[in-house]
Amino acid sequence: MTQPIKFYQTGTFTVGNRLLPEDLRTVQSSEARDNSLNSGHRACQGCGEALGARYVVDAAMRATGGQLIAANATGCLEVFSTPYPETSWQLPWLHSLFGNAAAVGSGIAAALKVKAQKAGQAQSTIRVIAQGGDGGTTDIGFGCLSGMFERNDDVLYICYDNEGYMNTGVQRSSATPPAARTATTQPLGPEPGAEFGKGKNVPLIAVAHEIPYVATATVADLHDLEAKVEKAMSMHGARYLQVFVPCPLGWGAASCDTIRLARLARETGLFPVFEAENGEITAVTKIRRPVPVDDYLRLQKRFAHLFGPKGHPETIARIQAMADKNIKRFGLMAEEGAA
Amino acid sequence: MTMKKPFAITLDPGSSLANKTGAWRTERPVYVDRLPPCNAECPAGEDIQGWLYHAEGGDYQAAWHHLVRENPFPAIMGRVCYHTCEGACNRGQLDAAVGINSVERFLGDEALKQGWQFDAPELETGKHVLVVGAGPSGLSAAYHLRRIGHRVTVIEAGEAPGGMMRFGIPKYRLPRDVLDAEVARIAALGVTFSYGEKVADIRASMAEVGADAAYLAIGAHIAKRAFIPAKDSAHILDAVAVLRSMEGEAPPMLGRRVVVYGGGNTAIDVARTARRLGATEAIIVYRRTRERMPAHDFELEEALEEGVKVKWLSTITGAEGGTLTIEKMVLDGEGRPQPTGEFETLDTDSLVLALGQDVDMSLLSGVPGLVAEDGVVQVDAATQMTGYPGLFAGGDMAPGTRNVTVAIGHGKRAARNIDAWLRGEVLAPKVPKPVAAFDALNPWYYSDAPKTLRPQLDIARRTSSFDEVQGGLTEATALFEARRCLSCGNCFECDNCYGVCPDNAVIKLGPGLRFEINLDYCKGCGICASECPCGAIEMVLEEG
Amino acid sequence: MIKQTEGSQAVAEAVALCRPEVICAYPISPQTHIVEGLGALVKGGELAPCEFLNVESEFAAMSVAIGSSATGARTYTATASQGLLFMVEAVYNASGLGLPIVMTVANRAIGAPINIWNDHSDSMSQRDCGWIQLFAESNQEALDLHIQAFKLAEEMSMPVMVCMDGFILTHAYEQVDMPDQAQVDAFLPPYEPRQVLDPAEPVSIGAMVGPEAFMEVRYLAHAKQTMALDRIPEIAAEFHEVFGRDAGGLVRGYRIEDAETIVVALGSVVGTLEETIDTMRAEGVKIGVLSIRCFRPFPMAAVRAALARCARVVVLEKSFAVGLGGIVSTDVRLAMVRIHVRGYTVVAGLGGRPITQDSLLRVLRLAVADELKNLTFLDLDWDIVNNHLAREAASRRTGPIAENLLRDIGASAPTRKARP
Ligand SMILES: Cc1cc2nc3c(=O)[nH]c(=O)nc-3n(C[C@H](O)[C@H](O)[C@H](O)COP(=O)(O)OP(=O)(O)OC[C@H]3O[C@@H](n4cnc5c(N)ncnc54)[C@H](O)[C@@H]3O)c2cc1C
Ligand SMILES: Cc1ncc(C[n+]2csc(CCOP(=O)(O)OP(=O)(O)O)c2C)c(N)n1
Ligand code: SF4
Ligand code: SF4
Ligand code: SF4
Ligand code: SF4
Ligand SMILES: [Mg+2]
Repeated sequence: MTQPIKFYQTGTFTVGNRLLPEDLRTVQSSEARDNSLNSGHRACQGCGEALGARYVVDAAMRATGGQLIAANATGCLEVFSTPYPETSWQLPWLHSLFGNAAAVGSGIAAALKVKAQKAGQAQSTIRVIAQGGDGGTTDIGFGCLSGMFERNDDVLYICYDNEGYMNTGVQRSSATPPAARTATTQPLGPEPGAEFGKGKNVPLIAVAHEIPYVATATVADLHDLEAKVEKAMSMHGARYLQVFVPCPLGWGAASCDTIRLARLARETGLFPVFEAENGEITAVTKIRRPVPVDDYLRLQKRFAHLFGPKGHPETIARIQAMADKNIKRFGLMAEEGAA
Repeated sequence: MTMKKPFAITLDPGSSLANKTGAWRTERPVYVDRLPPCNAECPAGEDIQGWLYHAEGGDYQAAWHHLVRENPFPAIMGRVCYHTCEGACNRGQLDAAVGINSVERFLGDEALKQGWQFDAPELETGKHVLVVGAGPSGLSAAYHLRRIGHRVTVIEAGEAPGGMMRFGIPKYRLPRDVLDAEVARIAALGVTFSYGEKVADIRASMAEVGADAAYLAIGAHIAKRAFIPAKDSAHILDAVAVLRSMEGEAPPMLGRRVVVYGGGNTAIDVARTARRLGATEAIIVYRRTRERMPAHDFELEEALEEGVKVKWLSTITGAEGGTLTIEKMVLDGEGRPQPTGEFETLDTDSLVLALGQDVDMSLLSGVPGLVAEDGVVQVDAATQMTGYPGLFAGGDMAPGTRNVTVAIGHGKRAARNIDAWLRGEVLAPKVPKPVAAFDALNPWYYSDAPKTLRPQLDIARRTSSFDEVQGGLTEATALFEARRCLSCGNCFECDNCYGVCPDNAVIKLGPGLRFEINLDYCKGCGICASECPCGAIEMVLEEG
Repeated sequence: MIKQTEGSQAVAEAVALCRPEVICAYPISPQTHIVEGLGALVKGGELAPCEFLNVESEFAAMSVAIGSSATGARTYTATASQGLLFMVEAVYNASGLGLPIVMTVANRAIGAPINIWNDHSDSMSQRDCGWIQLFAESNQEALDLHIQAFKLAEEMSMPVMVCMDGFILTHAYEQVDMPDQAQVDAFLPPYEPRQVLDPAEPVSIGAMVGPEAFMEVRYLAHAKQTMALDRIPEIAAEFHEVFGRDAGGLVRGYRIEDAETIVVALGSVVGTLEETIDTMRAEGVKIGVLSIRCFRPFPMAAVRAALARCARVVVLEKSFAVGLGGIVSTDVRLAMVRIHVRGYTVVAGLGGRPITQDSLLRVLRLAVADELKNLTFLDLDWDIVNNHLAREAASRRTGPIAENLLRDIGASAPTRKARP
């Protein structure tokens, strides 16, 4: 999804654009944005998840006129945002458990539906999001997520994908990429880091549920992210958004590189950004400046064992092959015209 | 009604503000203004990025006012400036340099069209400065001196202002109505002009008008000659005289076959003028190769398009009647041309020498302390002052590259230092800001936008008339072009820092007011700095 | 209205009269008929507006309930046995968050070995989870307790588990007096949540609480349950006023005033015990039965008062803490501290083993004679047990226990040859 207006200097890609009419600017550029996740939270410096969550929730707040309730899974996002006695959330927010955010969301939606009916409305004006980390989504919360999808409950579920169990000290999840070092996939043995051939692609699994809307996004492309949230909130039923949120701590990356890494993940093809409606992929974000996976991997200590004198060029080649496969499969290259 | 919330489990919004995460910080972001490389390379010291900022927003009047703080001639600049700024433009490393010069011309033309005027001086200083020569350098000095509030008298030997802009640069590159209009605006500021008066003794003239200081900008007008053994019958002219006569009643008689000797822009202008005057053949004879030619390649290119021919690696060794003897040259290891002893002949109706000009320093004789060296008057590079206190000089007569923009820059520098000198002060040397180099930028954020080309006159008319060759941008294309600017090193309020901070630690102060870091919450992650497209944020270590 | 109906159906109708707004359902015997009944009422439009969600697990059922309850909807679900264990994490969470969910537990044994029949292992496994646990003696009481449960839960901001014996009650057709809507409405006001997810007044529910406040949070939960000990009898009294029936309360004694022996029990077995007691009374034995209707909060004072004047107490329970003995007994003993009575534990009916009058008479007579062992397993087949223990002592690889037991009682043809 790209913006219809091409604005040279301020470009399509910056947060704000003083040259655009107010209503076409991003939510984040506004002084009146909600800051749904407020200052004072305890996320690490440069936390992509904190950033992604504010992006998403602020956009959803705008899309719903502030009529929004959030359910949150256990994980960094929950822990850093609500340690007693301080919360950073500015919207009604409920944390229940690690693996049940989707179901809690379903419950909220069900309650709202009944309340609306009692008030004589066809539909509730209050909308629901549920959110969690990749562990809380692709692993422990997967059953509840699938159930929420299958019932087509009126919930937008957002997975903040930082490719591992960060809150418990960086262990492998089913979203951890091959070769990545985590506390449970050590850089040891013949195949150091996470093994190839494992893990699952939840966005595609979500597509297979044929729910109204599935999308992926990154914290590096705010316009795209906000447009997707807005679109999701314009629909009803089960919707899924997976946002790629680099974790400086878990990935061993510089805190200032969070957005750069998200950008590179997309530009390498390692994280395909796409949209699907009712089981069909409807749009992909093309790669703008193709880069080899090296450029992305090198910035992260979790891949450090692939480089240096005792490096693993053949492993890097395998990762490149994964990227190439994505590029082909999703038609990510501009020439490949699969849009 | 407020809820009676369960203890500890249920919390009120906003409560995290009590947690001042700024304490975690080891580095803090600081907003800086770096020097855009374009500005650094503008000989007139224009704040290009600054005026483009206004132009991007479509506020051309503000852009123009911002521009003329440094240079009163945007319409002229937009036609004759060699725009070294564009060569330094960071955008050149992305796709193509911003068409700074074409936007400048658009602004200049727009100002003429709209009749925008300079701001009148805020006060009168009561001081009087004499400017000798109404070329670009003298005019620039007069303009800046007047805006500061000094009385200014310009004495010019010629009958009209402009110097080489009128007597050198041909009309097809700089229409005279443009020149006249931009000079008239300076006159309207209250500068006194006196034409047809040649200063013969500078100290006498100063005394005569009662000047407290003077700025000399008489240019370089004496044509250099080469020794060419020639019989009387040979029709040999010099380029400056030819071009100057273009301003007179009768155009010079050059004939159907014209040879121009030299490799500078002047040679090219003469050859192109000859084509327009009806020469079927205009041949430039130059000692070296195209790569080594001092003329700008775009000018050569335009000349070639118009049918001008060039004999490379050739010198003229003799002229007799209508026949020139040409010797072939080769370049030695150091790139210097060496004779080969191979000769050929070339028939021609006239030979125009375009070998450069010398300064006529007669008016300076007897001025104590004054140093003339390398054919130019020596000045303090920081102030333009000559060895004689109160006497300043610049433009072609002083050391430096000889072009309009450098001359204008000299005039500005001289004006500001004359002002200081008149107040008995010395301007503190400017601490140069660090240049916003390309690697300080995050160019990802700028979308792809190739440069807009200016329209050009069709070839037929370019060889038959003196109509302006280069067209201007339309409003739409100028806006587009302005918006291609990356705003190197200077905040353009893209809101990135405000948006990308995971801790909401950037405060947006509102349009035009930029941003502030909320140090209570800034954790010092550095994302704002690395995602600032234009490199306007720097991370500095916290002490302790 | 008096009607003859199945226990599950009676509960379904009673729950429907409470106007629940969200019901989550996941099938497990013997709870299924309850949610099926409610599903039909919702689908048929009799219970409206109400959202009936067929979820994918009990964990989801309780999670949905958490979400809807926190959003201010009256929320109901039902489960049993494995289902209760599958949702445990959410069960604790619901009470920790103070959400007034009402859940029926159709009591059933917990595997392995998997067993669908009644005992109290499931509810007892959750006795410390922070929910109020009410036990029904009969179908009438089961339906009455549900009506009280919503009121109690919502007033206390605390979830309530209504425990009824699986099959014995859930599947039994009995006569019940079904109240009408007006009565229930008069008794049960609309739900007014203490905390609610509402954009008009945003709060964060479910904060992470560290050592600095966790003890207090826990204590406050306890304090609230202690307050419930006062409210439960009051609500029972209010119920009596509207419906004209006794139901609920903390404990109920039968012929205990002059009893020297009091049998303590929970649930439907109390009815059986009353008959046994009648028989023994006829024989001149001063014996009575104390039904604990509210197990959590544990009515320490009421139990102590009831037991204060007797000489011996027999706790008859359908639950069993492996490695210790009785579960209910442990709590009852606590109530007996400083009152010097003899105490016996009889574990009975595990996995649906019938509790017969004869067996009860046998153990109670032994108890009255003080000839009962402290811990007795009603109708345990000692031959089987001893055989197996002997086999285990003799050989390491004894094969599957269940298969061996079946062989011992001669009910199985082993599919493969037993190893020597
Ligand atoms: C053919 C040609 C083309 C050129 N094209 C370009 C171009 O495209 N772009 C560019 O940047 N530069 C160009 N240049 C160079 C540029 O014109 C000069 O560098 C610039 O004009 C120098 O300005 P100046 O004010 O120092 O001197 P001038 O422009 O030479 O002005 C000096 C003035 O002083 C007057 N004067 C001289 N002596 C006296 C005296 N004793 N008393 C009173 N008045 C006196 C003269 O009449 C003249 O008007 C070109 C030069 C030539 C010859
Ligand atoms: C049932 C359960 N199992 C394990 C945990 C421990 N736990 C808490 S957060 C977490 C990791 C969260 O990972 P993810 O969902 O990816 O979120 P992140 O912290 O990476 O943002 C784990 C394993 C838990 N809280 N509950
Ligand atoms: S560990 Fe990672 S996800 Fe968690 S707060 Fe730190 S940066 Fe964010
Ligand atoms: S991009 Fe703009 S600011 Fe940067 S060098 Fe070019 S014109 Fe100057
Ligand atoms: S990021 Fe944008 S708004 Fe912030 S300082 Fe840089 S240019 Fe200005
Ligand atoms: S992005 Fe925010 S927290 Fe990070 S350095 Fe900038 S202002 Fe500070
Ligand atoms: Mg994670």
